[in-house]
Amino acid sequence: MTMSEEILRVENLHVSVDGTPILNGMDLLVNRGEIHVIMGRNGAGKSTLASVIMGHPAYEITQGNIHYMGTNLEEMDVFERARAGMFLSFQYPAVIPGVKVGTFLKKSVQAVREEEVKGREFRKEVNEAMASLEMQKSVLNRYVNDGFSGGEKKRLEILQMLLLKPHLALLDETDSGLDIDALRIVSKGINTVAPNAGCLIITHYQRLLDHVKPHFVHVMIDGAIVQSGGPELALKLESEGYEWLDAPKEA
Amino acid sequence: MSDDAREAVGDYQFGFHDPENATIRFDKGLSEQVVRDISELKNEPDWMTEIRVKAYHHFIEREMPDWGNCGQLNGIDFDNVTYFLRSSNATERDWDDVPEDIKNTFDRLGIPEAEQKWLGGVTAQYESEAVYHSIREDLEAQGVLFLDMDSGLREHPELVKKYFGTVVPHSDNKFSALNTAVWSGGSFIYVPKGVHVEMPVQAYFRINAKNMGQFERTLIIADEGSSIHYVEGCTAPTYSTDSLHSAVVELIAMKDAKIRYSTIQNWSANVYNLVTKRGVAHEGATVEWVDGNIGSKLTMKYPAVLLKGEGAHAEIISVAYAGQGQHQDAGAKVHHLAPNTTSNILSKSISKNGGRSSYRGMLQVTPKAHGCRSKIVCDALMLDSDSRSDTYPTMEVGNSTADLEHEASVSKVSGDQLFYLMSRGFSEEEAMGLIVNGFFEPFTRELPMEYAVELNKLLELEMEGSIG
Repeated sequence: MTMSEEILRVENLHVSVDGTPILNGMDLLVNRGEIHVIMGRNGAGKSTLASVIMGHPAYEITQGNIHYMGTNLEEMDVFERARAGMFLSFQYPAVIPGVKVGTFLKKSVQAVREEEVKGREFRKEVNEAMASLEMQKSVLNRYVNDGFSGGEKKRLEILQMLLLKPHLALLDETDSGLDIDALRIVSKGINTVAPNAGCLIITHYQRLLDHVKPHFVHVMIDGAIVQSGGPELALKLESEGYEWLDAPKEA
Repeated sequence: MSDDAREAVGDYQFGFHDPENATIRFDKGLSEQVVRDISELKNEPDWMTEIRVKAYHHFIEREMPDWGNCGQLNGIDFDNVTYFLRSSNATERDWDDVPEDIKNTFDRLGIPEAEQKWLGGVTAQYESEAVYHSIREDLEAQGVLFLDMDSGLREHPELVKKYFGTVVPHSDNKFSALNTAVWSGGSFIYVPKGVHVEMPVQAYFRINAKNMGQFERTLIIADEGSSIHYVEGCTAPTYSTDSLHSAVVELIAMKDAKIRYSTIQNWSANVYNLVTKRGVAHEGATVEWVDGNIGSKLTMKYPAVLLKGEGAHAEIISVAYAGQGQHQDAGAKVHHLAPNTTSNILSKSISKNGGRSSYRGMLQVTPKAHGCRSKIVCDALMLDSDSRSDTYPTMEVGNSTADLEHEASVSKVSGDQLFYLMSRGFSEEEAMGLIVNGFFEPFTRELPMEYAVELNKLLELEMEGSIG
């Protein structure tokens, strides 16, 4: 490996929604090739972090900043971030009635790559990616997320990630609601993308980490990271919960 | 156009307008004489002249509708409309003979060349009359008649006389009276017993002259056990003065026949589009309207089906898009007049930038019509809070055996949908375009491919510059 390449740098990030503070001084550095996992209780601000990095308009950054590959994201619209190589796998992907998955994938890839994709080559690419995720081809003729089960939605998210080949992959509770098989398949997708990207995974469960090996595990409480470590931290959380982190540090 | 006809009109150069390349146009305004002149110019039989004159008097006496968007309706200046204009000298059969400037018009309409392959036969209406008309040989061999309406009357007067005005009588409404008085162009189709026309048959219409009224008249007869799909597409360039379009379409599906009539209309924002479309379905027959309304200042159009024979079926799928300053007053009417008849109505509308779309529906089940089923679904999508959507459903049910469903929804584009799509690289405008195309998809998928592509493109263009 050569020198580490910085993908994401979050500095002293404070974020509010409708005047209520949610993130309170978040710091994070993700380099290319690194997998970071963020764990924490519901309401700790994990999903907010993913949304705000992607540029959700409902969140207001009151202090601090986010840099992506050396660029301050402040002035970048959501779609510009996507075109620059950022990707968010949604916890609850939106339903787009009447828009076929096949059409959607092609248009999305064209938008992000900012060029026409060739029909035959693209079909081949899609077929391979779908095969690796054990997806039925018939999915291409269904409407985006319309009537999809939780597992089907998550697979479609991962399929998009494989096709869009992001530099930064944000995965928001991609593992929740998946059965063992789906978890294995989705993990395979993440492991395909991770070596060439910066990866930030938000999860509640250690079980994903049986399949995806993180370099760093961070614990978020009340909108900030309170503890960072290696994979062993996730195991400790699994067995001991978060209480030990709540205790005031009295050294 | 013969020299005789020119003489008949006399001062034919009056009103000649170079860019329109019009050979003959009448002065603006309407009178019994104008109606008689139109008929004479076309060398019509006396009975047609008399129908026109009768319709003219009904038009004059008939009050304007007292429902719908009266404010806009009353803005029509009937004296400022040209009721007849002929731009090309004859009805063409061979594409090579079609004048160059008219071909250019079609090019600008973006009719793809590939489409030529599957055109079942083309009647392309340029201004008031058909200029290009080709019938595929196998259609001819099957005995299918496909002509512009004027030629239909000339060559098959007995059929026209038998069916003209039987589905939409001149006295039906003020605008059907006007159309009957001054009609010109449109299509005449007769499909013989048991003949199935496999490919969609198409026509293009276009308003191309200032203050030009378009009064096409279409009559389609599908004889027993036959089937046909007719497709009509409209676009219009923008004009500074108001333009009136008032067509009448009559469909007759005999026993076990099937007619589908598909339309996409994209009028410029100054056009009044007041159309009467109605079909009759006899025993076991099906009439389907696939109707898309985009543009215009005011559209009032309610495709209707009279289910006259036992087991007949009606299918009406319509979409409407109302932008700034536009009112789409569209809907559907189904009359269940016989037992065991069925109908499906799907209406989808989009309002944007203060546009207004209304669904006006009528469902009637007569006392004798037992065992009828009908399902009506109305979905409205509002793209902003300045726009408006309303629903005026009417149901008259004369017996207790009818099985009726009515669902209605009004929705807005959600922030979650926009964020999701934008996170996939789509600008806000592109995201809106996708959502809008998706909303219309149940309609679009019913169209021939070329039309579907055209419509999606058009809607994407409509979304441009709309955000901010």
